[in-house]
Amino acid sequence: MSAATICDRTRLRVRVSGAVQGVGFRPYVYGLATRYGLAGFVANGPEGVTIEVEGGRASEFLATLPLEAPPLARIDHICVQETAALATENFSIGASEGGKLSTHIIADAATCGQCLSELFDPENRHYLYPFISCSHCGPRYTIAGRLPYDRHNTVMKAFRLCAACTAEYADPASRRFHAEAIACPECGPRLSHGINAIVAAIAGGQVVAIKGLGGYQLLCDARNQDAVQRLRSRKQRRQKPFAVMLGSIECVNEIAEANALELALLESAARPIVLLTSRKCLAPAIAPGLSRVGVMLPVAPLHHLIFHALRSTGAWIAEPSPVIVVTSANPCGEPLLIDNTQALRRLEAIADLVVTHDRDIVTRADDSVVAVVAGRSQFIRRARGYAPEPIQLAQSVPPVLAVGGALKSTVTITRDNQAFVSQHIGDLNTPEGIRVFEGTIQHLTSILDVEPVVIAHDLHPDMASTRFAQAGGRALIAIQHHHAHAAAVIAEHGHAGPALALVLDGHGVGSDAGNWGGELLLCEGAMCRRIGHLAPLQMPGGDRAAREPWRMASAILHWLGRGNEIARRFAAQQQAQYISALLDQSGGATTTSAGRLFDAVAALLGIVSWQSYEGEAAIKLEALVRRTAILEAGWTIDGGVLSLRPLFARLIADDIDAAGGAGLFHGTFAAACVDLVMRSARTTGVNTVVLSGGCFQNAILMDEIWRGCCAAGLTPLVPQRVPPNDGGLSFGQAWIAALQIAEQSSASEGRG
Amino acid sequence: LSHGAGGRAMAQLISSLFHRAFGNEWLARCNDQSAFDVATGKMVMTTDGYVVSPLFFPGGNIGSLAVHGTINDVVMSGARPLYLSASFIIEEGFQLSDLKTIADSMGEAARGAGVYIIAGDTKVVERGKADGLFISTTGIGALAHGFDLSADKAMVGDRVLVSGSLGDHGVAIMSKRHNVAFQTEIVSDSAALHDLVAVMIAAGGAGIRVMRDPTRGGLAATLNEIAHQSGLGFRLQEAAIPVKAAVAATCELFGLDPIHVANEGKLVAIVAPHLADAVLAAMKAHPLGRDAADIGETVADDHKFVQMATSFGGGRIVDWLSGEQLPRIC
Ligand SMILES: [Fe+3]
Ligand SMILES: [Mg+2]
Ligand SMILES: [Zn+2]
Ligand SMILES: [Zn+2]
Repeated sequence: MSAATICDRTRLRVRVSGAVQGVGFRPYVYGLATRYGLAGFVANGPEGVTIEVEGGRASEFLATLPLEAPPLARIDHICVQETAALATENFSIGASEGGKLSTHIIADAATCGQCLSELFDPENRHYLYPFISCSHCGPRYTIAGRLPYDRHNTVMKAFRLCAACTAEYADPASRRFHAEAIACPECGPRLSHGINAIVAAIAGGQVVAIKGLGGYQLLCDARNQDAVQRLRSRKQRRQKPFAVMLGSIECVNEIAEANALELALLESAARPIVLLTSRKCLAPAIAPGLSRVGVMLPVAPLHHLIFHALRSTGAWIAEPSPVIVVTSANPCGEPLLIDNTQALRRLEAIADLVVTHDRDIVTRADDSVVAVVAGRSQFIRRARGYAPEPIQLAQSVPPVLAVGGALKSTVTITRDNQAFVSQHIGDLNTPEGIRVFEGTIQHLTSILDVEPVVIAHDLHPDMASTRFAQAGGRALIAIQHHHAHAAAVIAEHGHAGPALALVLDGHGVGSDAGNWGGELLLCEGAMCRRIGHLAPLQMPGGDRAAREPWRMASAILHWLGRGNEIARRFAAQQQAQYISALLDQSGGATTTSAGRLFDAVAALLGIVSWQSYEGEAAIKLEALVRRTAILEAGWTIDGGVLSLRPLFARLIADDIDAAGGAGLFHGTFAAACVDLVMRSARTTGVNTVVLSGGCFQNAILMDEIWRGCCAAGLTPLVPQRVPPNDGGLSFGQAWIAALQIAEQSSASEGRG
Repeated sequence: LSHGAGGRAMAQLISSLFHRAFGNEWLARCNDQSAFDVATGKMVMTTDGYVVSPLFFPGGNIGSLAVHGTINDVVMSGARPLYLSASFIIEEGFQLSDLKTIADSMGEAARGAGVYIIAGDTKVVERGKADGLFISTTGIGALAHGFDLSADKAMVGDRVLVSGSLGDHGVAIMSKRHNVAFQTEIVSDSAALHDLVAVMIAAGGAGIRVMRDPTRGGLAATLNEIAHQSGLGFRLQEAAIPVKAAVAATCELFGLDPIHVANEGKLVAIVAPHLADAVLAAMKAHPLGRDAADIGETVADDHKFVQMATSFGGGRIVDWLSGEQLPRIC
């Protein structure tokens, strides 16, 4: 449509789709229409936002519409139709229409700058009010029961707006016009305790539980070693690092190094935890043995109020700026607590003070975790602030439900050309975990209003997600674990055509029923072929070997013919004297896992023999690297099988220290992987290389392999929209399943 | 033993070996079938196949295992075991002396339980068609009038009792198979539980709702089965579950959980709460129930989860497995 054709006699019907509801889009449109003197209306509808305008400057309106959209809005598509003018006079805002839903709820956002200044303005009626929000900030996904996103479909329906709030809600010029979560001290939710009580407890070294945006969180003073230790022993979390929260961006430099991208991530509306190089000035118990620390800025007004009060407490005057530990309140690996009664009961023994409020949480969302790796932001955990934002797919696909793996679980549902990856659900080995997993599927299916035609699941027969899929009464597609890891990256990049995929991972059941984990795959469409892998290594004791790196180290010593050293090297392990008998047996389990190699090396170098949390050995090994080095002839490749035997022989020599060994392992392993990929690129003629799998959370490994691939003239594709770990599995599964259905239906059409 | 050749002479040799070992009036009559008196009330019948490697293990062999296992399947209904039949598939080349040892221990096991092996059959198959020896058994017992144990009888709040330490049999087999020797030799718990069950019924009567012998798949598989049949969940206390130190250590070495490991002389009973202490005391007073323990309770649960209680009121799922314990940690 050209501007010239729009005249006074035409009326435009404009449909806008994307993230346009609950973000202040209607007042924005109202303002814009008023600015150009147009008549008509704007309303929320099933397809997004519907606008009708008539008037002389309608074309200017149309041109400006995408340019000045509110901060949380995302416009996917604008569709314009011409109708006859109705000669109406003014512009109005309509109520939401019903009908089939094809829009979605956007993610929660951190308190915006305008709300923040109101929060600390003694003249403002929201002064020091912990639930201040507007259409540019505040809770969304976590408080929405169903669509459309209207107040009566959220937990806010429990609070009747007062006169002042009603006026703001109804004022098209206000930032709070139809901001569904708005509230004030007069009419809104209330905190169970005053800020002073919270702050006194934290300053006094106590552990405080607060109800955050996506669930309960545990807080304590991050500069107080005793307080951090107390939290550790009560939460029964021995070594796993805690994240810390800082009052403002200016304080970051005090405790960690951050580049521009990292600072931007810290300040983004999603407010993730960002892994930064630590200056090690906090309590040592925060991240024992690690070089990085997870840092975040205040998310909700309550966080801001706590820092505000902490800064004005005497206790902090002699010290630099306050830093507090913020960790999810999830007892024993269960999902985050969101329910007040549950929280009061189950946090009783962990927190000295449990602070609740009466705004319910519908959908839990852990804090997201990101890190800048090889110059790009990469997810460790994708949850609050990101979910349920859709990921665009290269084509429209049938509705598929993919149920992921067993640990760090997520689920994905596809609708048209979008994939909705759930927030991080957690591990599926507790009854609560499985209930939340099922609840998430139910909630996502209902807000997206889709009926999946197929359920995609992992090949592993005994995962709770597999069992759920099998009980679902729908068509099933089983997908190999590492193929799914690869497909997640292929899908987010919209890559078509063949790709090599280097998947460095912990464990997945292979298509030959073996234990896989260090794989080179050739992927095209829904097809996948294993063309290379790490040399199989014994895995004495299955999952025990994953928890106890000394076992993998023993397997390596045995492989090198130095099994007689096991008992001496691991004298502290009661089982060390018996493991040789197990390793001598033929026919025991073997694995091609890359993750287990990191474990083995950490144990061989005396860094970690037993893991108190998943990935501990690998993370601590990475933390020791000062510079990487490559051992010449440190590996062999034969028929696609990469063996690091010479490297291991070198790593167990007496003259190698832990830091030197860690550097040599990282450098050599990365170089060996690049060599494996290059050879396959030559024989297959495929130059695109996907890098995926849990090991790629290792920044050094990712960086070295990425640079190695680039130097070899290959095009590496890396995970950016979903984590490289099992949190990305469901997305990859969904994509493969969708392609399979598409290929099958086109094949049957071809026959027909 | 040889296949085919030898004919009559061989058949006679084998049958006389069994007759001598099992020695009873029914077999002595050398008929193709045995007639016995029918008790009043209900009869109970079960059948089972035994395939075990190695055939000889600390605490027993495939023969005693077959007799104990079949008797236990009968008595888990609350019945008194009466008669057994046994069918043998023997691989060509099997040592006659081994067969004699096995037959003798079957006879001894049956006599010990007061049951008679009154029918049998043997077949010798070509080398490679069987792994040494397979035994199939059928057991028959009599159930006292009105007695009816069944998984669907379990109710919320019932106690879960186990008769002793878990995992002994499976670990004994595995240690022998893998030639891993700890300081203490682990002995299979293979035993007939008819007498233990009798004292339990005397103490608990109809308060005993379900009994099962947690054989293959261990306690975890058995409780998951009962959960699915009863529509209830289980909540167990890990610290209360009896496991011998040597069994725990061996399981740790192999990366197994003792509750997934087979038992051949243990039972699980779901008992009404008001009778649980009395039944437990009766079990403890019996030599086969010395280490009996109350390990948890049945709970209402639409998911029928079997869960192990963790601190702060949480729980960890005790799953059943479709086959071997596959790694899950990615
Ligand atoms: Fe994985
Ligand atoms: Mg049986
Ligand atoms: Zn705001
Ligand atoms: Zn108000």
